[in-house]
Amino acid sequence: MSEQPRDAWTSTPVIWLRSILPWLVGGVLAFALYRYGMWSESNQGSRLAMPIFHFKILSLIGINAIMAVSLNVVNGYTGQFSLGHVGFMAIGGYVSGAMTYYGSMILWQSTAIHGELFGGGDFLFLGALLCGGLVAALAGYVVGLPSLRLRGDYLAIVTLGFGEIVRLILTLTRPIKKTAEEVSQAGLLSITHNANGSWALDGWMISVGGALGFDGIPKYTNLFWIYLLCFATIIFCYRLKQSVLGKAFVSIREDEVAAEAMGVPTTRYKVLAFVIAAFFGGVGGGLFAHEVGILISPPEMNFLKSVDYVIMVVLGGMGSISGAVLAAIALTILPELLRDLSWIPFLPKALHDVSDYRLIIYALILICVMIMRPQGLMGIKEIWEVRPALWLRAKLARKEKSP
Amino acid sequence: MNAFVRRSVPGLVARSFLCLTLALGLIAGCERQSPQSSGGADAAPAPQGDTIKVGHFGTLTGNEATFGQSTDKGVKMAFDEANAEGGINGKKLELISRDTRGRTEDSGSAVTRLIDSDKVVALLGEVASGRSIAGGRVAQAKGIPMISPASTNPDVTAIGDKIFRVCFIDPFQGFVVAKFASENLKVKKVAILYDQSQAYSTGLRKNFVEAFTKMGGTITTEQAYSGGDQDFSAQLTTIRETAPQAIFIPGYYSEVGNIALQAKKLGIHVPMLGGDGWDSAELLQIAGEALEGSFFSNHFSEENPRPEQAAFIERYRAKWSERPDAMAALGYDAAKILVEAMKKAPSLKSDELAAAIAATKDFPGVTGMITIDANRNARKSAVMLEIKGGKLTFAASIDPE
Amino acid sequence: MTKFLQTSIDGLAVGSLYALIALGYTMVYGTLKFINFSHASVFMLGAWFSLGVARLLGWGQAGAEVPIYAALVVLLATMTICGALGFAIERLAYKPLRSAPRLNVLITAIGIAMLIDNTAALEKKAEIAGYTIPIGFGTRPQRMPSLFQDKAVAEIAGVNIQFVDIVVVISAVVLMAGLQLLVFGTKLGAAMRAVSEDTRAAALMGIPVDRVISITFVVGTMLAAAAGFLFAAKYPGLNQPAAANWALLGLKAFVAAVVGGIGNIRGAVVGGILIGMIELFGAAYLFTQLRDVYVFVILIAVLLVRPTGLFPSGAVNKV
Repeated sequence: MSEQPRDAWTSTPVIWLRSILPWLVGGVLAFALYRYGMWSESNQGSRLAMPIFHFKILSLIGINAIMAVSLNVVNGYTGQFSLGHVGFMAIGGYVSGAMTYYGSMILWQSTAIHGELFGGGDFLFLGALLCGGLVAALAGYVVGLPSLRLRGDYLAIVTLGFGEIVRLILTLTRPIKKTAEEVSQAGLLSITHNANGSWALDGWMISVGGALGFDGIPKYTNLFWIYLLCFATIIFCYRLKQSVLGKAFVSIREDEVAAEAMGVPTTRYKVLAFVIAAFFGGVGGGLFAHEVGILISPPEMNFLKSVDYVIMVVLGGMGSISGAVLAAIALTILPELLRDLSWIPFLPKALHDVSDYRLIIYALILICVMIMRPQGLMGIKEIWEVRPALWLRAKLARKEKSP
Repeated sequence: MNAFVRRSVPGLVARSFLCLTLALGLIAGCERQSPQSSGGADAAPAPQGDTIKVGHFGTLTGNEATFGQSTDKGVKMAFDEANAEGGINGKKLELISRDTRGRTEDSGSAVTRLIDSDKVVALLGEVASGRSIAGGRVAQAKGIPMISPASTNPDVTAIGDKIFRVCFIDPFQGFVVAKFASENLKVKKVAILYDQSQAYSTGLRKNFVEAFTKMGGTITTEQAYSGGDQDFSAQLTTIRETAPQAIFIPGYYSEVGNIALQAKKLGIHVPMLGGDGWDSAELLQIAGEALEGSFFSNHFSEENPRPEQAAFIERYRAKWSERPDAMAALGYDAAKILVEAMKKAPSLKSDELAAAIAATKDFPGVTGMITIDANRNARKSAVMLEIKGGKLTFAASIDPE
Repeated sequence: MTKFLQTSIDGLAVGSLYALIALGYTMVYGTLKFINFSHASVFMLGAWFSLGVARLLGWGQAGAEVPIYAALVVLLATMTICGALGFAIERLAYKPLRSAPRLNVLITAIGIAMLIDNTAALEKKAEIAGYTIPIGFGTRPQRMPSLFQDKAVAEIAGVNIQFVDIVVVISAVVLMAGLQLLVFGTKLGAAMRAVSEDTRAAALMGIPVDRVISITFVVGTMLAAAAGFLFAAKYPGLNQPAAANWALLGLKAFVAAVVGGIGNIRGAVVGGILIGMIELFGAAYLFTQLRDVYVFVILIAVLLVRPTGLFPSGAVNKV
C-alpha cells in the first residue's frame, strides 16, 4: 500500500483537531443559545428577545431531533421496523429521573436544583442521563436479540408490544417517596412478606409514581444540555453513517440476503443498530424527563408517541440525518402553527381559528405527503447532497482549481 | 420503488414548500406578542391595561367534559355579573379559557400558554386533581395565583403559596363517606373499586380506608381499573365473591356509569358509594336505573335551601337553560372570591393578590360559607346525595369536626 | 366454581368480540399484506353509528317499545355505512400505495385512523335546508339505547347468562362460518385466495384484482362494524370517539390475529377467544392491574416461539 502523502491536512494533531472540531463548534453554539435564552428571559421587553413560549418549542425541537435521529439509525440505515422507540425513551427518562431525584435526596437531602451550570447538580444529572441511556441500551439488547430474527412486520409488532409492556409496567410502580427519611428507610429494593400473606415490593428504585407520573424530578434540562447532546447525537450518527459499520447497516437495508452472503453478520449488526438507537433514545428520554413543565407519566409514553417519531423519520427520508432533523423541526412546530392560521397571508378571517380541526389537518397532511412524496423530504440523501447543493459545490471546486 | 418514485413530487418543490411554511410561521411567531383567545371571539389584541385577563384551564372536551364546561359556565356567569357592576376599579374582566382535553400533559402546557402568551394575572382551574397538580406546578413556578374550584386531593395546595382551593379536601371527603356508610347505612364490610390512573381516585380511596377502618369497618377487597376502561367484569366478579355490603367507587362519572350497569348484570345489588367525581348530568344518562339507591358525596345539593343558593340556581337556569351542578356552583364561587380579592388587593401583583385571596373569611358562597385556612383550603360541609327515582335527592349533611 | 364459570363466560363473550375484529385484520393482511391500523377506528365508528342510527330511528328510548327486528336493522345499517366507508378508504388511500414500501402504507393507515377518530369527535353541526346535521359525535361519552332485552336468560350455578352475551357469541360464530363459506366455498373466495397468494399471477389469469381487493376490504370493515355494534350492545356507555381505549381494543384484537396466525380465518377466531380468556382469567385470578400486560406477553411469547402463529397460513418465505 502506497504511503499517504504527508501534508498539513493529515498530520496527527490536525487529525485530532478535525475530530474534535464539530463537538467544540456544537458546544459553543449550544452555549450561545443558552445564554441568549437566559438574556431573553430577563429582557422580555426588548425587540431582540424571543418570547418565552418559543423556548419551550426550541427545547422540544432539540429533544425530538435526538429521538428522530436515533430512531433513524435502526429504521433508516438498517431498514428495520421499530415501532417501540417510546419504550426506550420511557426507560431512559424514568431511570435517569429516579437517579437524579433519589440521588439528590440522598446526597443533599432535598430535590431542589443544586448549583449552577456545571455545578454538582449538573454532574449528577449527566451521570443520570448516562445511566438512563445505558439501561435503555441494555433493554434494546434484551429486546433485540430474540426479535431480530423475525421478518419486518413481525418485528414491528414485537417492538410495539415491548413499548406497551414498558408503559403498563410503569403504571404499577409505587408512589414516589417525598422525604429523605422515607428514602433511607425503604432502601434500594426490598421484598417484604406481609402479615396477611401477600408479598410487597418496595424500595426507591421502583418508587417512580405509577400511573400518576413521576412528579418532582429536579429540572436540570436547559437549552445548553439539549443542544449539546443533540449535536453530539447528530455528529455520532453522521460518523456512523460514513463508517464501515454504517455501510454494513445500509447493506442490510438494501438486500439482507446479499449482505449475509458477503459476510456481514446481519443479526449481530441489527442488534447493534437497535442498541445504539436505544441508547440515544434513552438519553433523549432523560432530557425529556428533566425538562421544566413536563411531567413524565405512563399514559404519555404510548404507542402514538412512538408513531410520532416514526413519522418524523419517514417524512424526513429514511436514512437521512438532515431529513430527520428537518422533519423533527417541522413536526414540532406544525401543531403550534395549526393552532391559529393567521400567519397564512390572504387567508379569510373566518378560517383563522381551526383549533378543533387541528389533528384532522395534521392527519390529512400526513396522508397527502405519504401519497405524493413517499420517499420523504430528503429521500436517502443528506441536505448537502441534493442537486442545488451539488451544483454549488461543483461551482466552488471549479473556482478553486482555476488559476 | 423506482417506478413509484417517478410519480412523486420533486424534492425541490417539497423542500421549498416546507421552508416557505416554516419561514412564514417563524416570522408570524416572532411578531406575535399579543394573546390569543380560543373559541369564537375575534383575535384582535386589546391594549394592556384595558381589561384584566384571567385564565381558566379545564376539561372542556374529553371523557369528563362536563367538569370543565360546567365550571366555565359558572365562572363566566360570575365574571359577567362582576362586569355589569363595573368590573374591578373600572376595568373589565376578560376570561380566557384553554382546554386540557382531559390529559395531564396538556394541563401544564395550557397553563404555560395562559401565563406566557396570554399574560393572565390569575388562574382558575382545574376540577380533576391530577390535572390541577400539573398546572399548579407551573403556576407556582411562575408565581401566578391559582384557585382550584373543585380539586379535592390535598397535594394540590401543598405545591406552594400561590395555589388555593374553595372546596373541601379528600381526607374530609373520605371521612364523610365513611361516616355515612357506617352510621346511616350501617354497613361494616365495603369493597373498593378505584381508578389507578387518577390522583383523585387513589387519594380518596386511601382516605376512605383510613377513616372507615378507624370506625370499625373492614374493607373486603380493593380492585383497580384504569381511566377509559370499559370492561369491569373481572374486578366485579372478584368483588362479588367477597360479599360486601356496599361498594365504594371513588372514580369519575364516565366510568361509574358502565361499572353500575355491569354490576347489576352480574347480580350485585348492594348500594354503591361515590365521591364528588360522580357529579354530572351525564351520570344518570349513562347508568339509568342501575344506580338506583346509590349515594355519593358532593359540594352542594339543590334541595338544601339557602337564599344565595336559590337565587343562583334561578339565574343560572335563566342564563344557560340547564340546572347547575356542583362544578358550576364551585366555579362561580371561585370566580367570585377571586373578584373580591382583586377588589381588596392594593394591586394585581401576584404576591399581593395571593395575600388577598388567603385573607378570604366567611365568604357567603353558593356552596356554603367559605373561609380559606392556613393551608389554603376551605373548611366546608359536605352533603350526601341519593339517587332516587332517577333524580339526585338530599340524604344527609355532614359537617367538619 | 361460580367465579370460574363467570370468568369463562365473560372471556368467551369478550373473546368473540376480539375474534370479529381480528377477522378483519386477518383478511386485509391476507390480501394486501399490510397491518391495517385504521381497523380499530372503523370498529369505533361501528359502535357510534349504531348509537346514531338507533337514536335516529327512535328506538330504545326510555319506555318506548323496541320491535324485534330493531337490532337487525341497526346492525345492517351500520355494516352498510362502514362498508361504504371502507371502500372509500381503500380506493382513495391504499390503492395509490399498492407498490409503495410498507412503512409508508403503515403510516398512511395511522393517518387515516387519526383522521377518522378526530372527525368523529367533532362537535360541529351543519345547517342544511333547515335541518341540523351533526358532523361528529362529540367528545362526551354517551349511552347506547338498549335494543335487546336487558335480562338474564339462564342461571347456572349462581351465574347469570345475559342475553347479550349469547347474541355476541352466536353472531361471532355465524359470521365466522359465513366468512369461511365465502372464502372456501365460492368463486369469489377462490379469487381472494388467489390474489393473496400471488397478485400478478391472479391478474394474468383474468381475475379483476382491484375489485377483489376492494371487496376484501369492504368485508373486513363490515365485520369490524358488526363487532362495534355488538360491543355497544354489551357495554352501553360508549367512550368518546377519540378516546385511547378504542385503539387499545383494536391492538388486542390484532394480537389475537397474530397469535392465531395472521392470514388464517380459523386462527383469527381461535386467537380471539384465547386472548379474551387469558385476559379475563389473568385479571380475575392474578393481578387485575396487569390485565393488558398478559395480552402483550402472550404476543411476544408466541412471536418468539412460533412466529407464524397457531395456524400458519402456509405462505412460503422465499429466500
